[in-house]
Amino acid sequence: MSTRGFTGRPPPEATRTRLPPGQTRTEDFPVLQIGPNPRIDLETWCFTLRAGSRPLKSWSWTAFERLPRTRWAGDIHCVTQWSKFDTRWEGVSVDDLLADAGVEAPTAYALAEGYDDYTTNVPFADLTGGRAMVATHYDGAPLSLDHGGPARLLVPHLYFWKSAKWLKGLRFTQKDEGGFWEMRGYHMYGDPWREQRFTGD
Amino acid sequence: MIDAIRLPWRETTIVGIAPVTRRVKSFRLAVAFDRPVVAGQHVDVRLTAPDGYQARRSYSIASAPSDDGTIELLVDGLPDGEVSGFFDGIAEVGDTLEVRGPIGGAFVWRPEDGGPLLLVGGGSGVVPLLAMLRHRAVAAPEVPALLLYSARAVDEVLAHAELVRRAETEAGFQLMLHLTGDGGRRIDAAVIATALKRLGGPRHTFICGANPFVTAASNLLVGAGLEPRTIRTERFGG
Ligand SMILES: Cc1cc2nc3c(=O)[nH]c(=O)nc-3n(C[C@H](O)[C@H](O)[C@H](O)COP(=O)(O)OP(=O)(O)OC[C@H]3O[C@@H](n4cnc5c(N)ncnc54)[C@H](O)[C@@H]3O)c2cc1C
Repeated sequence: MSTRGFTGRPPPEATRTRLPPGQTRTEDFPVLQIGPNPRIDLETWCFTLRAGSRPLKSWSWTAFERLPRTRWAGDIHCVTQWSKFDTRWEGVSVDDLLADAGVEAPTAYALAEGYDDYTTNVPFADLTGGRAMVATHYDGAPLSLDHGGPARLLVPHLYFWKSAKWLKGLRFTQKDEGGFWEMRGYHMYGDPWREQRFTGD
Repeated sequence: MIDAIRLPWRETTIVGIAPVTRRVKSFRLAVAFDRPVVAGQHVDVRLTAPDGYQARRSYSIASAPSDDGTIELLVDGLPDGEVSGFFDGIAEVGDTLEVRGPIGGAFVWRPEDGGPLLLVGGGSGVVPLLAMLRHRAVAAPEVPALLLYSARAVDEVLAHAELVRRAETEAGFQLMLHLTGDGGRRIDAAVIATALKRLGGPRHTFICGANPFVTAASNLLVGAGLEPRTIRTERFGG
């Protein structure tokens, strides 16, 4: 049933087909986070892969910068209903991280951990096969602190809360453990095309 | 604690509309949610055009949690706003629209969370903070609270009379209005220092407004020595 008097401003057809259900296109790059930006020093920055609490490998910023680079361009979708088209990212793919660590995924689930103590869960299959990276550059420039720099997770096929800012590590977990938002009623998986915003969607 | 309750869309009726400022109107919606509202949460509103096209936006709940089956939204009518323009120019009492909620699990305050409570709002970003203050007054009046509210001009201050009355009559609540004027005199370190001195060290800080405001205010507060994990932010856009 329609809302009396509302006609709206539907976007052009070409935009509509690129928008997942319930999303609006924005030209800005909205910032979303639960608290202030953390202070991060590249001298002490460290990225760690863990299996449970056991560290598998850590990289300093200098070591991280020497890893093979990956680029990705495409659309990103935030659960707060905006989508941004044609974003360009560069960083290190999770495949390359694992290869450098010389390990295979020990479990099927991972928790991404941020310097602000934020966490979010992603099934491991969604992080590998070129589907995710630890991004250090956006639009050709080093990632700003506001957008999660120096390094954030990028899992563009899921809602953007899964792309944890200020990433400090990935932790393999035995079962699918909910992260910060997932414990607060957001969907465990978060596929924008199936509109999995909240638990039960 | 994974919350397994679904958030379905519900039809709600507008049961009251009142002007608040030149640009902002108050809308009271009759809606029964499955779970109680927590101060600071928002709803998503969905409007449907005759051809099936839908637009959705988020609006904070301005009213304190209550069981009277209604919520209040305060909507700033943007000149070209697709959804806020509908609220501003078309919506009437008796109209129905769809909402889902209550949404949000981080930018929330419960009486048992206690204080001191520092609330920092810019423009319509004061709306979820208003819900916290309204809730505090009835459920936890002993909690010290200070609202630092930045607005362009005094006639753009939402709930102005209510806030002034609260500051006069509620022990433990202080109001600091910061008017930026056209020149945009922003909140700075001195204003933050005054707020912290008047309130004492806050246990919880909530900052809400447009993106640049929230970034500036949270940097100032971290710069003033507040522990980042005690600060929660909500950004309306911009
Ligand atoms: C969690 C949350 C809670 C919110 N709570 C409230 C609330 O309580 N009250 C409220 O009024 N709004 C609130 N908002 C903002 C609201 O969701 C909409 O973004 C806003 O009403 C604009 O939507 P629109 O469809 O009218 O404008 P659109 O059609 O989306 O935009 C119209 C034009 O206005 C510009 N524009 C959009 N937003 C702004 C702005 N803030 N200032 C200046 N220009 C702008 C756009 O760039 C665009 O050019 C909240 C947002 C979030 C995420």
